[in-house]
Amino acid sequence: MEINFTHHQTAHCENGVVSNLMKHNGFDVSEPMVFGIGSGLIYCYIPFLKINHAPVVTYRIMPGLIFNRFAKRVGIKIKREKFKNAQQAKATLDKNIENNNPVGLQVGVYNLTYFPDEYRFHFNAHNLVVYGKKENEYLISDPVMENVTTLTDKELEKVRFAKGAFAPKGHIYYPTAFPEKLSLETAIVKGIKNVCRDMLAPIPIAGVKGIRMTAKQIRKWPKTKGVKVANHYLGQLVRMQEEIGTGGGGFRYIYAAFLQESSKIINKPELAELSKEMTVIGDLWRDFAVDASRIYKNRSAKNDAYNDVATQLEAIADKEEMFFKKLKKAIK
Amino acid sequence: MKKKEVPQDDSSIKDSKFKELCYAVDEDGNYVTAKSTGWSPKTIALDNALEDINERVANAKQRVLNNETSPIEYYMELHKMDLPILSSYVGIWQWRVKRHLKPKVFQKLPEKILKKYASVFEISIEELKNISNGN
Repeated sequence: MEINFTHHQTAHCENGVVSNLMKHNGFDVSEPMVFGIGSGLIYCYIPFLKINHAPVVTYRIMPGLIFNRFAKRVGIKIKREKFKNAQQAKATLDKNIENNNPVGLQVGVYNLTYFPDEYRFHFNAHNLVVYGKKENEYLISDPVMENVTTLTDKELEKVRFAKGAFAPKGHIYYPTAFPEKLSLETAIVKGIKNVCRDMLAPIPIAGVKGIRMTAKQIRKWPKTKGVKVANHYLGQLVRMQEEIGTGGGGFRYIYAAFLQESSKIINKPELAELSKEMTVIGDLWRDFAVDASRIYKNRSAKNDAYNDVATQLEAIADKEEMFFKKLKKAIK
Repeated sequence: MKKKEVPQDDSSIKDSKFKELCYAVDEDGNYVTAKSTGWSPKTIALDNALEDINERVANAKQRVLNNETSPIEYYMELHKMDLPILSSYVGIWQWRVKRHLKPKVFQKLPEKILKKYASVFEISIEELKNISNGN
């Protein structure tokens, strides 16, 4: 059983699954559009939560939220299911395939056999599409891969029931109802307002304030944690920024692409200008990653190296604060 | 990022066929997608993370051999896990898993519990008890 599904490679998995499922159902929605309307962009520094023995920094919102917000704003309906046992999860998946319905799955990365070993960490918020089954092999369209691939029964069960933070519990989701025409215009405005609110939120660990807090912490790390741990933390910071699909800019480039596309749809040339500004900010994030990587590559113990990258981050925070204030004004 | 600046560095990934998609600006200022083979700041970060894990594994192994911890800790590090992750895989509370890391407690563990750990690590109970049997 193979559903006639077209695989498109995308930068990020959740955007990609949504965009590919929308295209399958006859709505040509690009990846940046999904990301922008779903308000995927954020910055959050969570010092009390540790992954891979380092504090968590995230450049995008919680898994699943992009699709939920996107669906609500453009007016489609989605169905989500989670399961207690693997048999039920498999039965539901098989039934959907029989009904010619490609579905999105949330999976853990650690046991994804087709991923390069180096990428296989305990990270449970990856997304892919299952579009068919041949004997005991499922046909997989993983949006971050160039081509489609397969997973056996067993392998798929393992990744669907990965454990730990954000355990997928067999999570399956798919759109069920579509409006005649997607209400993109209002959705874009809502999506932008949401991001501005998040990035300018008066919460010390979120948005622009979160970036400033991280900078402050970086200055302290070599003294309080020692050079080794400080370098490890810095490395994690860059790895999260460099999560597949960010192009180094911590998702800023995808967001800039969204602003550019939106400026034509809602006929606001200001957004095209702001897109250029966001690209510049993305470049600054890349410069930060380059300089940070120099520190943990050379294992240099100089304190001013940490201070330098912290200063860079503060400059980014200032730029982003101005940017999101302007963006907020532009869509008023 | 300009399209021609999309990094094409060597990645540490053996499977060099793996290419990522990025968004970048072309000569006319329009956003387009481009493929990237890798970017060195990321490769370095990834390499460091892996090196860190190897160090943790070697360290745990030594501690097992010195009878300072139980083999569970070694296999936990080998599978890139930490206590909360291991605890949720075996379905045993964290404070109990932590207790099982004590060599004395580990030696007295019943077969049933050892089996739980062994199946999570996909090894035999023999291998779990004696880390030199595994790799």
